[in-house]
Amino acid sequence: MTIRPASDRSLLVSFGDQISPGARRQVLRLTHSLEGLRPIRNLHPAFTSVLVEFDPRLTRQAEIEDLIREKTLGQAGCAEQDMLETARQVEIPVRYGGEFGPDLEEVARHAGLTATRVVELHASAEYLVYFLGFATFFVYLGGLPAEIATPRLAAPRRHVPAGSVGIAGSQTGIYPMASPGGWRIVGRTDLRLLDLQAVPPPLVRLGDRVRFVPVAEVRS
Amino acid sequence: MSAIRVLSPGFQTTVQDLGRFGFAQFGVSASGAADALALRAGNLLVGNAENAAALEMTLVGGAFEFEADTVVVLTGSDLDAGLPLWTPLEIKAGGGVRCRATRSGARGYLCVRGGIDVPKPLGSASVHLLTGLGGRALRAGDVLSIGDAAVRRPRHPRPGPLAAAPQSERHTTLRVTAGPQAAWFAGDLYAAAWSITEESDRMGLRLRGPAIPSPAGHMITEGVPLGAVQVPPGGQPIILFVEHQTTGGYPKPANVVSADFWRLGQLRPRDQVRFEEVAMERALELLREQERWLYALV
Repeated sequence: MTIRPASDRSLLVSFGDQISPGARRQVLRLTHSLEGLRPIRNLHPAFTSVLVEFDPRLTRQAEIEDLIREKTLGQAGCAEQDMLETARQVEIPVRYGGEFGPDLEEVARHAGLTATRVVELHASAEYLVYFLGFATFFVYLGGLPAEIATPRLAAPRRHVPAGSVGIAGSQTGIYPMASPGGWRIVGRTDLRLLDLQAVPPPLVRLGDRVRFVPVAEVRS
Repeated sequence: MSAIRVLSPGFQTTVQDLGRFGFAQFGVSASGAADALALRAGNLLVGNAENAAALEMTLVGGAFEFEADTVVVLTGSDLDAGLPLWTPLEIKAGGGVRCRATRSGARGYLCVRGGIDVPKPLGSASVHLLTGLGGRALRAGDVLSIGDAAVRRPRHPRPGPLAAAPQSERHTTLRVTAGPQAAWFAGDLYAAAWSITEESDRMGLRLRGPAIPSPAGHMITEGVPLGAVQVPPGGQPIILFVEHQTTGGYPKPANVVSADFWRLGQLRPRDQVRFEEVAMERALELLREQERWLYALV
C-alpha cells in the first residue's frame, strides 16, 4: 500500500498497479471502513486505489494518513467478506454496433478480429463490478477478454448517449447518462441505470457480477 | 413565508450551496458553488450559516422580484446590477434586483437573508446540471421560497478586507501542487500560457495551448479531486471542476490549490491562465490567509 497526496485536500491510497480481485477486495474494505467517519469528506474507490478527500481547514494530512494506516492494519475483513460473497448477478441487454456502437469496427480493427467476434467475446465474459465512478452510477467492470482491450480515444467525445457500453484499455463499463467521455463505444443498453429516486442503491452495485446479452444482430 | 420570483433567469442561474459530500463512491461529485468563497462571504454578510443556498449566476445575471422586505447581497463578479457588491442591501416588498451581462468574471452570487429553501437530495441544495440532481437551471416564472438559515444580524463589510475582495482578471496565475503523475511530465504545463475554451463548464475547464507530449506511463482509472489538471492524449489539459467526474484515467501533472478554486469559478472563455507550482505547505498557508480575509470581512 502506498499513500501520497493528490491535492492539498486529498490522499491517493494505492494497492498496486494490477487490476485484480485481491486489489478489489482491499479497495472495498478500505472504502467501507472509512465510510461515514467525521474527518472524511468523500471517498473515491477505483480499480486498485481509493482517493480520500478531507477538509484541510479542519484536519491535517498526517492525521488522515494515520487513520488510513490504522484502518488497513486492523482489518479482520469478516463482514466485508460476507458482502463480497453475496454478489448478485445482473444481465445487461445490449445492441452492439452501428449507431449504437460507433467504435465497434475500430475495436475489431485494433484486435485484428471481426466485429462479430468482438461482440461474442464481450458478451461471453462474466464481469465483476469493481467500483462506481467517473459520473453518477457509472459502473466499472473487470474481466474484459484481453483480445479486445483497446486504448481510449485520443480526445474525449463531447457527447456519449445514455446507456452506451464502452471499452477503455482492459476495462469495460456503461454510461448511465449522456455525458462527455473517451471510451470506445461498442453498443448501447436500454436499461435505465440512472434512477435518482433510487439513490442509493443503484441498479448495479459494488460487488455485483454482470453479463452482457446481445439483443440484436451486429450492424456495421 | 417570503419568496423570490424569477422574472428572467439570465444565461445560467442555479441554486447552489457548498456541495454534496459523502456520495463519491456512487460516482456523485460534490457540485456546489463554483466560487465557494463568494457564496460563503455573501452568506456571512446577510447573517446566514455559511452553507445556506443562494443563486449562482453565470456570465449574464437574472432579474428577481421579492414578495416581502428582504436583505440581500451580491458577491463575486460584477453583473451590472447598479448596486454595490459585498454589501447587504434592504429590498422592499415588490422591489427587485436586475442583473445584466458581467463586467468582470464568470459568476455572481445573490444571497438572501434566510437562504433559498429548496429540497436537499443527498443532503445538499446544489444543482448538478449534468444529472439533474438537485433540480435544474432557473426559468422565468419560477418562485423560490426563502428559508430560515439566518443565524445572526446582517453585517456591513469592514473597509480594509472589502478593498481586498477577490477580483477576477483576464490573465490569471493558478497555483498548483504536484499531481499524482507529476513525475511523468516535463515542464510543458508551466512553460505556456493557456486559454480557456468555450467548451468549459461546471464539469471542467478545457484549455487550449501548445500540445503537451503524451507521457509513457501506464494509467489505471483512479479517483480524482476537485481542481485536478488532467492531460488526455491530445495534450490539451482539462481542469476538473465542481461537477467533475469522480474517477478518471488521464494522467495528472498538477492540482490547483484550494485557495485558487474561486479563480476557477470566475474564469471566462478566452481568459488566459498560467500555472505556478507551489509546495504543499505554501498551498495550506494560502488557504489560511484566505480564511483570515473571509472572517475579517464581517
